[in-house]
Amino acid sequence: MKTEKIKTDILIIGGGTAGCYAAVTAAENSDKQILICEKAHIKRSGCLAAGVNALNAYITDGRTPQDYADYCMNDAAGIAREDLLLTMSERLNSVTERLEKEGLVILKDEYGKYVTRGNRNIKINGENIKPLLAGMAERQPNVRILNRVNIIDIDVSDNRVNGAFGIGIENDPFYVIEASAVLIATGGAAGIYKPNNPGFSRHKMWYCPFNTGAGYAMGIRHGAEMTTFEMRFIALRCKDTIAPTGTLAQGVGAKQINSLGEVYEQKYGLTTSERVYGTVAENAAGRGPCFLQTKGITEEQEQSLLKAYLNMAPSQTLHWTESGELPGEYDVEIEGTEPYIVGGHTASGFWVDTDRATTIKGLYAAGDVSGGAPQKYVTGALAEGEIAAFAMLKYLGSGTPGIVPEESVYSHEKEISGFLTNSGSPYTAGQLEEAMQTVMDSYAGGIKTNYRFSENSLDIADRRIVQLQALSDSLHADDMQELMYIYELRERLTVCRTVIAHLKARHETRWHCFAENSDYPERDDERWNVFVNSRFVNGETEIILRRVSAP
Amino acid sequence: MSIEIDKLKCVGCGRCRDVCPGTLIALDEERRAYIKYPRDCWGCTSCIKECPVYAIRFFLGADMGGLGSRLHTEKSGDILRWVIEKPDGSKAVINVDTRESNKY
Repeated sequence: MKTEKIKTDILIIGGGTAGCYAAVTAAENSDKQILICEKAHIKRSGCLAAGVNALNAYITDGRTPQDYADYCMNDAAGIAREDLLLTMSERLNSVTERLEKEGLVILKDEYGKYVTRGNRNIKINGENIKPLLAGMAERQPNVRILNRVNIIDIDVSDNRVNGAFGIGIENDPFYVIEASAVLIATGGAAGIYKPNNPGFSRHKMWYCPFNTGAGYAMGIRHGAEMTTFEMRFIALRCKDTIAPTGTLAQGVGAKQINSLGEVYEQKYGLTTSERVYGTVAENAAGRGPCFLQTKGITEEQEQSLLKAYLNMAPSQTLHWTESGELPGEYDVEIEGTEPYIVGGHTASGFWVDTDRATTIKGLYAAGDVSGGAPQKYVTGALAEGEIAAFAMLKYLGSGTPGIVPEESVYSHEKEISGFLTNSGSPYTAGQLEEAMQTVMDSYAGGIKTNYRFSENSLDIADRRIVQLQALSDSLHADDMQELMYIYELRERLTVCRTVIAHLKARHETRWHCFAENSDYPERDDERWNVFVNSRFVNGETEIILRRVSAP
Repeated sequence: MSIEIDKLKCVGCGRCRDVCPGTLIALDEERRAYIKYPRDCWGCTSCIKECPVYAIRFFLGADMGGLGSRLHTEKSGDILRWVIEKPDGSKAVINVDTRESNKY
């Protein structure tokens, strides 16, 4: 395996929504060298591969950034950072206008104003949103893009980031990248719990299955402070296709009903977690399955829905068309997904300041890896990419180039060659991944237990995950892609341990389903209106409780 | 849920392989694309939109209620034609104007 050494001013790990926009911002505002490392290809990588059909975070006429921050704080039952939400919200509209200028189709009324869906959403044709963002990054002369390069670790010494290590998935160089500042923009973690359909269609999940928690794991490994991993995200989706429900609920006003035809959503509340909880509770009470009541929508609405889903979740349109069970005649069955860790929807991620600087010097986080600011969605991820880019440029003015020590290069090379030469393990990365998903499903609040867990079950989960970590040491890879699968498994296992520690630390149930603690089934504002943060030190997860500052 | 690639139609351009967000498609010794990891497909249809000869079909797995239809797209100017071929030989076509926004 040959080694390639690269020096750059800014390294961006992950060329998704936040990463591309950060690269464009840094390139347009400086002559610094920017390198994006993307494990797939930036044209369609990450969450936006299939597209989106609405921008869910936009400040509509008559509303203010403070309103958006208030909505997020309320949805998170108070466990979110108002400072982060405000700095993000202030940029939601300018990033949207930029995308429109670049060619994104946004629905407008006769006066040229964006047509809104509810108080915070605007309607778009976002099928091509990722190629559009990728194109913006590709056109910058000072942005270099390495596709199919998987970053496996960052290099940190004296709590300062020096760069990162990567592997080429197609032509096998080992990359040693030295950078003055590093942005982690890898996305959150899917695939740590057993999915709805674990067989052939196991990757038909809500969140991008190729987002494996790499960014979180790199931070955790090097002792970065992380926040709110116990606030898992569970999406309420169309059954089996795991397609979005917002377009039905908000777009055509479909209500959640049980099999008796009763509207149940008012009974449980309308926050994101309560909508999932109501569905779980109705099923548990024997009143399932549950549906979104679309029967009776107009033919025009039905035709529009078929198109809208093609622009973001084509499986749903294929299902409607091949089964003949069109939404105007049949209500759409819904279910909760397996839990994910994703800072763009809930508050899990790196503990950052308003510059999106992590607790490791020179290391920044934007988008789904960045904690404390839920409900970012696409535009919030762009806003955070922009904020982080400006902060990194400022940091470069005062910082020094990163230097990766030789012994660190050697230890990573040794680890890689170990996986390529190991023999004797009866297991593959895929088998251990299934084992991990079963453990998390059974003992850490997966679909199997209606998302419930207890301290005792979490102890079992942690023990088993540690065993799987040990087993992963002796896995063998035949090629670089299999090597990536081993690293992805190990990233997920690292994230699992942090999730378990956080779930165990919060002695209350603040968010139904997201953290449904059987030992403490009630919300306890007196003791638990705090952030649960953690640092991984000497092989153990150390819990730190931090105040939620008063507005 | 996954894709099938028609080897007889494939011209070996490699665009589907390049664009797959999961790096799941490979080229064989004759430079024909094949899906190397069929169980790992997310169903994003990126590869289908890239294929210049419409050689790729998307289908729903039987485990998620699939009934054997195959989906592909054909691009003609601003119109993205979504073609669904059903097992009985019938076809459904939905034309999406890429200049038009979703209305809901």
